[in-house]
Amino acid sequence: MPANLNLLCACGLLLLAGCATEPWVKPYERANLANPIMSFNRNPVSASYLHHVYDSREGARGAGIATGGGCGCN
Amino acid sequence: MSSRLSRGLRIGLLAGCIAVLASLSASAVEQGKAAPDFTLKSLTGTNLKLSEMTGNVVLINFWASWCGPCREEMPLLNALHKKYEPLGFSVLGINVEENVDAARGFMKDFPVDFPVLLDNTNQVSQRYQVIAMPTTVVVDRDGNIRYLHQGYKSGDEAKYQKMVKTLVRE
Amino acid sequence: MPPDTVSLRLPGLLLLLLVACQAGAAVLPEERADLLYHRYDGGGVEVDGPSVLVRKNLGSSVSVGVNYYVDNVTSASIDVVTTASKYTEKRTERSLFVDYLREKTTMSLGYTYSDESDFEAGTASIGISQDMFGDLTTVSMGFAYGDNTIEKNGDDSFKKHADVRSYRLGVSQILTRNLVMSATYESIIDDGYLNNPYRSVRYRDSDTSLGYAFQPEVYPDTRNSSAFAVRGIYYLEQLGSAVNAGVRFYEDNWGIDATTYELGYTFPYEENWIFEATLRFHQQSEADFYSDLFPYKDAQNYLARDKELSDFTSTAVGVGASYEFGRSWSLIDRGSLNIQYDWIYFDYNNFRDIEDGGAVGEEPEYSFDAYVTRIFASFWF
Repeated sequence: MPANLNLLCACGLLLLAGCATEPWVKPYERANLANPIMSFNRNPVSASYLHHVYDSREGARGAGIATGGGCGCN
Repeated sequence: MSSRLSRGLRIGLLAGCIAVLASLSASAVEQGKAAPDFTLKSLTGTNLKLSEMTGNVVLINFWASWCGPCREEMPLLNALHKKYEPLGFSVLGINVEENVDAARGFMKDFPVDFPVLLDNTNQVSQRYQVIAMPTTVVVDRDGNIRYLHQGYKSGDEAKYQKMVKTLVRE
Repeated sequence: MPPDTVSLRLPGLLLLLLVACQAGAAVLPEERADLLYHRYDGGGVEVDGPSVLVRKNLGSSVSVGVNYYVDNVTSASIDVVTTASKYTEKRTERSLFVDYLREKTTMSLGYTYSDESDFEAGTASIGISQDMFGDLTTVSMGFAYGDNTIEKNGDDSFKKHADVRSYRLGVSQILTRNLVMSATYESIIDDGYLNNPYRSVRYRDSDTSLGYAFQPEVYPDTRNSSAFAVRGIYYLEQLGSAVNAGVRFYEDNWGIDATTYELGYTFPYEENWIFEATLRFHQQSEADFYSDLFPYKDAQNYLARDKELSDFTSTAVGVGASYEFGRSWSLIDRGSLNIQYDWIYFDYNNFRDIEDGGAVGEEPEYSFDAYVTRIFASFWF
């Protein structure tokens, strides 16, 4: 139990650090990142269809569509 | 893990908590403090100084054309401006984009009645510690910050209206 | 303080911190409608149909999405023509998605139901996504559970089950004002009847005129796989365009090892056009129990001759064009018309084209081209 508690404390510190970190890319510098061409998933319906084509014709599966990036608004 | 190390970690966590809480309250821009003064060029070409607006209630809104919630908020801010302007109130839009054409293009499609200033070197955004898009700062007639709001979600305009209504009565 | 109360309080506190981390919030998925026509043409298989997606916000915290998808299949693939005859099939898939946004956390639920004459699948998924570190990092986790029922056309007594569990962990990080990267890990575990009831393997049989005979395939009843992918998108300021690249590493306990590389270039043109070009290369090794030709009947406990489990490569080149229109037409904010076209070349190293004839075990290695088309209109409101 002490080992788990310490791991949790360490995670806690990391999370708090995360809460307090100043972003090195300021919100007003995110114009390029907010551009739709910078999205991992600009056309979700088309992308998921192509993904389905590959999944059903190849032996590998998983780790497909990514999320994140964008304008960081709100 | 040794008990000394684990105790150290727990003290570290407590210290971390205090540090975070301390940092969150140690900003230069916060409620009750004077709003930092600035001079910026507006879209129409004239310069505007914040301290010249003392005596009026001012709602400063930092926005960008690429920010979805900012676009949603704009017509609502315009309505707020038109409603309370006769009582000594003004919305002041500050565009934070490097590319001035983006702001012009946006304003052509969605024109507003309040002054729109250009902070294309982000000096004012930095001074106001803008950490979210959009950011709204409401300044009272004495030039003090009375309300800070980050982001915009449907319904937030009611909060702005409530604040402005209270402050124009002062 | 008694040890168990401490161990209960701390995770709770952490969860609270996670959710309460700073004021502000992230954004819900865009409200949009997409109407798509898809078509796959390759190796004797033709599949086409619609895919319709609508996403709408309910209030300011909830987003709901529905998808309706159909595959109209006409198959005269190499597996089909050599062991059976051409068939047509219709598969319908319906999905419902719900996203709930609170501060910087998005919680997602999804359910998909797919139905065709001999296969039924229901999948439920749950996910959570959190913006952290000044909104530059997004961490996401997901779990999905699927239940499949496999039947056989022409044999009413045949009814088998399989279930699929997938665990997914992803991190997306903004590195500079022009660069965003992501890493994803996904582990999938299948359990149950995992093969195709119509497919066969072949073995040498000097008693037959062909020199070989067929028997039904036999697969293990579990499959564990892991996939890890890294992707990045970089904005080229001078050109106003973006380059994206990605690689995925895959392995499973059936012996398949695969690597997939993707490269893409997206460039806007004038006010309304966006063009894109993509390249994809996939390479995989065969499953342990795979063989194009077994030496005799019942040569192994597990037998597979599915070309998807063979040693092969697939190379794809794709192009796309998008035209954006509309600025506030009553209900619609903007819309776009799109076309995307991919040419995929599948090249098998140990799956032979037995339609082509030749000495047993020395028939030419199979390869084919596939053409994938998507034509769609998107509306944002």
